[in-house]
Amino acid sequence: MKPKSLVHIGDYDKEDILRILESAKTFKENPNRDLLQRKVCATLFFEPSTRTRLSFETAVNRLRGRIIGFSDAATSSSSKGESLKDTIMMVSNYADLIIMRHYLEGSARYASEISPVPIINAGDGSNQHPTQTLLDLFTIYETQGTLENRTITIVGDLKYGRAVHSLIQGLSHFHPSFNFVTPEELQIPEKYKTFCEEKGIPYKMFSDFSPETINMADILYMTRVQKERFTDLMEYEKVKNVYVLRNIMLKDSKETLKVLHPLPRVKEIDQDVDTNPKAYYFQQAKNGMFVRQAVICDLLGLDVD
Amino acid sequence: MRKELQVAALENGTAIDHIPSEEVFKVVSLLQLQKLTNRITIGNNLSSKKMGTKGIIKIADKFFEEDEINRIALVAPKVNLNIIKNFEVVEKKNVSLPDTITGIVKCNNPKCITNNEPMQTWFHVIDKENVELQCHYCESKIKKEDITLV
Repeated sequence: MKPKSLVHIGDYDKEDILRILESAKTFKENPNRDLLQRKVCATLFFEPSTRTRLSFETAVNRLRGRIIGFSDAATSSSSKGESLKDTIMMVSNYADLIIMRHYLEGSARYASEISPVPIINAGDGSNQHPTQTLLDLFTIYETQGTLENRTITIVGDLKYGRAVHSLIQGLSHFHPSFNFVTPEELQIPEKYKTFCEEKGIPYKMFSDFSPETINMADILYMTRVQKERFTDLMEYEKVKNVYVLRNIMLKDSKETLKVLHPLPRVKEIDQDVDTNPKAYYFQQAKNGMFVRQAVICDLLGLDVD
Repeated sequence: MRKELQVAALENGTAIDHIPSEEVFKVVSLLQLQKLTNRITIGNNLSSKKMGTKGIIKIADKFFEEDEINRIALVAPKVNLNIIKNFEVVEKKNVSLPDTITGIVKCNNPKCITNNEPMQTWFHVIDKENVELQCHYCESKIKKEDITLV
């Protein structure tokens, strides 16, 4: 039988998501445990991502697991032309679980089909990054006390933003309403609009980052307009400074509003927001570690209670 | 009076009729007919009341498996298939797209793992009516007019 892997947020149903979030809560209360003693986890980063790698590696270290791997494909045999299959087969000889980030889309799905050990997708190109989605869901759950019936305003890049696409899918089990605030050039792809319509999820589209879009929200999810996603740099220059959140703009927002961001932030949240108690993006990033501890233990079938 | 055939009659085998003229050679490649040693007759730009012009392919002594035949639906969903035994049509079939297609269609996303690793492509047919496919790996969608074969 194939081991269970986490490749795509759609692989997890409502029950799976809630199980991971409950488990992450226990890791947040007590992150330093011996659950991964005598386990080896591999972190294969074919594309560098320091933030994600450190979060995963800290998650393993705090559970007393051991880590092997590489942080850049240039130092692995893929630079010699080794196929992904061969790398996965070789590493699975040594490790109990593989965490991988790859620049090619669908790479994690393929790895999960050939690997005898569980695979965690830590990002495959612009396709999926499911632990990001789970940490977003955990943060919403933690700050709102529920995932149900939340109004989420998402600002910035909805066209290329992988985190946003997966968040929409992940939240779809919990009756959300969405406001999409984007420039014309970065509007949400048709397929996610269709997805919302099929699931009966209400959404509104705005091109203006108006007080209304902020004040009706339970969660304000800011995103970076990513330079690397643009083929036309002129287009990037036109939109990069358009959707910026400043502290003053939060003055009439809901008491319980939290501002989230998948990070790294560039200019889209002014530093003057950081001291506002509604700013929650650094805690959100920290939550990633607890969620990853929960996912790793879940995939290894470990009893966390 | 016997109607004159535009392509010679087949004693035993499969005749694929009503292929849109521009798709005839795609059908050849979908069925990998170039690899067969059977006698094959290909007629194209033949006159057709229904279609204006059409193509016909007759393959002697060859009876295809269902999933092979259904590949044709990728490019020509309205073809008629006649199974011929002893000069008689013993069975008529229509083609319909299968739920998944492996190994014959190329993914159009250059960053898809299937274009960078020695492996088979795998598509889910998400719209049989309009022929739309979705890559099992990178999830990109391909419309009928953008389908290229491996």
